[in-house]
Amino acid sequence: MTTTPLLDATGVAKNYGAVAALRNASLSVLPGEVHALMGANGAGKSTLVKILTGAISANAGRILIRGEARDIRSPAAARRAGLLPVYQEPSLIPDLDVLSNLRLTGTPVEPFRAWVRELGIPDLDIRDTARDIPLAVLRVLDLARALAVEPDVLLLDEMTAALPANLAEKVLEVVRRQGDSGRAVIFISHRFVEISALCDRATVLRDGETVGVVDIVPGVEEKIVELMLGTRIVKTHVAARSAAQKASPAPARLSVRNLRVGTKLNDVSFDLRDGEVAGVVALEGQGQDELFSALAGSIRPSGGAIEVDGQPAKFSHPIDAIRAGIAYVPGDRAEALAMQRSVRENIALPFSAALRNWGPINMRRERAKVVSAIERLQIDTRAQGEVQRLSGGNQQKVTIARWIAADARTILCFDPTRGIDVGTKQEIYKLVRELAGNGKSVLFYTSELEEVQRVCDRVIVIFGGRVVDIFPVEEADEPALMRAAYGLPRGAKADVGILADPHSSPETAHASEPGATP
Amino acid sequence: MSHFLRRQGWVAGLLAFFVALFIITKLIQPAYGSGDFGSLARAVLPYAFAVAAQTVVVIAGGIDLSVAAMMALTSVTAASMMAGASEEYALFVVPFVLAMGFVLGAVNGMLIVVTRVPDIVVTLATLFVLQGAALLVLDAPGGAAAEWLKALISGTVPIPGLPDSIDAWIPKALLVLIVCLCIIWIPLRRSRLGLSIYAIGSNELAAFRSGVPVKRTRIIAYALSGLFAAMGGLALTMGTGIGAPIPGPYLLASVAAVVLGGVALGGGKGGLLGPIVAVFVLRLVRTDLTLLAIDPNVTAIIEGAIMVAVVMFGAFITMRGRQ
Amino acid sequence: MSTTVITPVPFGRRIKRFMADRPLIPLIILLVILVVILQVLRPGIVNERWIANTIKFAIPLAILAGCQTMTMLTGGIDLSVGTVATMSAFIMATQVVNQDPAMAFLLAMMPAVLIGLVNGIGVGVFRVHPLIMTLGTSLIGTGCLQVYQRTVIASGAKIPDFLAWLGTGLTWGIPNALLLFVPLAALIVFTLARTGFGRLLYAVGDNERATRLSGVQYWQVITALYIISSMLAGITGLLYIGLIKAPSLSLAEPLVLPSVAAAVIGGTSIFGGRGGYTGTIIGALILTVLTTLLTILQMPEGARRILFGLIVLFVTAAYLRIVEER
Repeated sequence: MTTTPLLDATGVAKNYGAVAALRNASLSVLPGEVHALMGANGAGKSTLVKILTGAISANAGRILIRGEARDIRSPAAARRAGLLPVYQEPSLIPDLDVLSNLRLTGTPVEPFRAWVRELGIPDLDIRDTARDIPLAVLRVLDLARALAVEPDVLLLDEMTAALPANLAEKVLEVVRRQGDSGRAVIFISHRFVEISALCDRATVLRDGETVGVVDIVPGVEEKIVELMLGTRIVKTHVAARSAAQKASPAPARLSVRNLRVGTKLNDVSFDLRDGEVAGVVALEGQGQDELFSALAGSIRPSGGAIEVDGQPAKFSHPIDAIRAGIAYVPGDRAEALAMQRSVRENIALPFSAALRNWGPINMRRERAKVVSAIERLQIDTRAQGEVQRLSGGNQQKVTIARWIAADARTILCFDPTRGIDVGTKQEIYKLVRELAGNGKSVLFYTSELEEVQRVCDRVIVIFGGRVVDIFPVEEADEPALMRAAYGLPRGAKADVGILADPHSSPETAHASEPGATP
Repeated sequence: MSHFLRRQGWVAGLLAFFVALFIITKLIQPAYGSGDFGSLARAVLPYAFAVAAQTVVVIAGGIDLSVAAMMALTSVTAASMMAGASEEYALFVVPFVLAMGFVLGAVNGMLIVVTRVPDIVVTLATLFVLQGAALLVLDAPGGAAAEWLKALISGTVPIPGLPDSIDAWIPKALLVLIVCLCIIWIPLRRSRLGLSIYAIGSNELAAFRSGVPVKRTRIIAYALSGLFAAMGGLALTMGTGIGAPIPGPYLLASVAAVVLGGVALGGGKGGLLGPIVAVFVLRLVRTDLTLLAIDPNVTAIIEGAIMVAVVMFGAFITMRGRQ
Repeated sequence: MSTTVITPVPFGRRIKRFMADRPLIPLIILLVILVVILQVLRPGIVNERWIANTIKFAIPLAILAGCQTMTMLTGGIDLSVGTVATMSAFIMATQVVNQDPAMAFLLAMMPAVLIGLVNGIGVGVFRVHPLIMTLGTSLIGTGCLQVYQRTVIASGAKIPDFLAWLGTGLTWGIPNALLLFVPLAALIVFTLARTGFGRLLYAVGDNERATRLSGVQYWQVITALYIISSMLAGITGLLYIGLIKAPSLSLAEPLVLPSVAAAVIGGTSIFGGRGGYTGTIIGALILTVLTTLLTILQMPEGARRILFGLIVLFVTAAYLRIVEER
């Protein structure tokens, strides 16, 4: 390579306690290039971006900017070094008007105005308070603010997410030209369409390591999917479904019809039956969080209907969902557990929730229930005192054990195996299958695609807040899931052009209705 | 203009309410005149400074429970320093006490930033400490104030060219208040620092990502709060001529006026004008209740109930906003 | 899990963990040290009468600190306890003059329940910070008491014999107040450890989101809690008037700051989720002995407040460090 890279990061590593978020990431960006940064959920993209922009500091690694080693300790330092990020969440101060936001970051006003017009917003009043500006426009303003100071390297995180088509088009155009003028852009996106149209090269991360740098040429998406998945054994044994259930499907335990939540979840319909594990697959932020929260009664849907055992249900507090036999196991264990309390108290927590159970506790009965749940899940109880001293896997087991002790009929598991060890994962798979075997129903979101075939009977794929595909587990190998999750149409593997419009797929997908698979 | 109205709508409404209240006062007591207004301004003075102190930290997304104790400490310090001292000595006392407030406020901020203990706990602890310190300085109300300081807030300023009938309605206390607040607030509001204070209160993460030095800004916000509280302490000494070591009811009053003045308890919103007008409203309500010959103790109850209701309303709005 | 594996842990860390696990032992050691210092400074002061006296004065503080313990477990605080105690004491002393004692008792407890209810609704439903809320209701309460005082100024006040007996009396050298305190303390300890309500207090303070996901309705727990806290404060007031025997409008106010400090010293986290009442009782004893000590050293009231403030700040910061280390 003859030209000096604008940005050259090598061997970047970051640990959070014992967990390595980044092991050995590298990223080299040349002048005049638009460089894609790709990776599956949890591959370390966002950690790398935070390090490059000074939001956190790395434990190891070297960052060269125009060939000089720079220590980027704060966002202000990153700014001075010419690195400017535009995050998914706009970083304009909501309570200040646009002009004050510009002054806060020392951004010149006239170039900003020029960029705003360029990006397709002709009628901006810079005295408007950021809070009153729609999210899509706010993201564009955030971009214009970054462009106005002419950074050497612009980091764009899912820049076109939440943008209407006309704005997205303008944004992509501007980003493309940014490369022409000798500066560089790091472009993080889940959309192959944009990447192929925009980027010159792509760096692929997997499990905190850079696993490849590829040139973007037609047909490269297969290669990228392969890199993101790694050399895993694609063949996983398909979950054994009970023959009886296959023969005569049970009536729907939980029916979701055209569910909408805010702007994130647009239109989701599916059924969940007794004795079934339905998998949910989606990239980060496609509306799955909102779906689970709505089903758990944590947030109120803005439209659509939820039916439990054929009866319409309205949940205004999680207690309503729990009374209907629906329990929620959140992905973040810190959200579900009282960390300073014991295993026993955590498992028994739902018992005391109702007003009539506030009295003296029947310790013997509680103990029996808790012990049987602990045994069933084989929780390591040597550190009984505080849940926070348990390993992540055991903590996760406690959150599930709570609902087994409470005998919930339907369990909503949101990424239950995130960040836990392999052995415990196996136990959780086994447990989920057992629950289904006992006639319970489980909705199982996972960010690890290989889990789908181990655990689920059916897969619901969500992209952009909509169900784009529902298919039986037999067809849900990892490449197929990965393609579906990226909104690429199912089936035809070779003859799919990279520019295929992902939004054309839902129609074909809806043809295969839940349960109607041959 | 529409921006101004939208943003200042609450304050404008509050001002209108104040005027209406004033008319009611005049109806209840036709003799209510400029002299009474002067005493209202004098009574408002310490409250207004307490509210200013609270406003700065609330905008920065925090809360300062030590406001009243800080006022007590600065008041007794000033009173005991001036007791038996010459008139000129007070020229030294005033800046000293103000600097003391500033530094103690900064210590509050530093404790919050360094220990990472929530602001409400840190300022509760400093509330105890400052109260204790005030008792150490003076264990009973006492001390004195320089005559020129006392004269600074009593009577009116003769403004040449203005008829006496109007001039009588501009008490010195009001001018002192306006001057003191404007000297600090207007430059602050226009500076990058002021924007940073709003920014960390509005959205700390976004502020951090925009390159705002979050910790430093927070410390400065508390230091400014200390400075305003010290002004409040001086105002107490100027008004009463002595210093009292037991904090007055300024903490709850300041929180209530902040909420009533349109500053969200979550931070990032509002200005100084609203809370100051709110203080005048709250004081005038008290005057009216007194004029209606209601038992002063009942007045205290009504006042307390209004404050609690306002705070509950503010918390309710904040909760709604979050959802 | 790693705790069971025997690995060399740095001494400082071991101490910290030990403190976090068994806060009672260092507390008792601290108490003994204070008593020894007292004995050294004033030889002979520590005798049967001194012990009975210390316990008598520690009990009202310990009950009020119980209010703080329970509210702090949920991440709250109750600063209205001083006013509530004063109100019930004052109403009892004035009503008993020409009322049936039982009736006077009911009247005395009424404001307590009312203030507790308002606190609970403010904190639980409107989500006002408990500190602001309880401070506000205590101001209103003080105002009400002043108005009330006017109406009864003519009839005078008297301390019911029973309360005087309970507050100051000794039976075989043992304070009678223990007759009230021991069952009350046992009830609090039992409630916290063995009832659904107690479990919820800890859980709500530890992780409100988790309790919500488990179906707990926050406002119910909080409303009940602040009513109970207020009622305990009311009972303390009755006991305290029997001890002090002079009804005044600021009777129990001086106990508020120490009650917070006692709970914090006793190992209850001001952030919620951790602590217990036994530690608080020892905390109250420590503060009572410390007060005696400071009086002997002729430390002024101001220094005592500074000390309490620093204790709260230091213990909270230290606690945060211990938690973060894990």
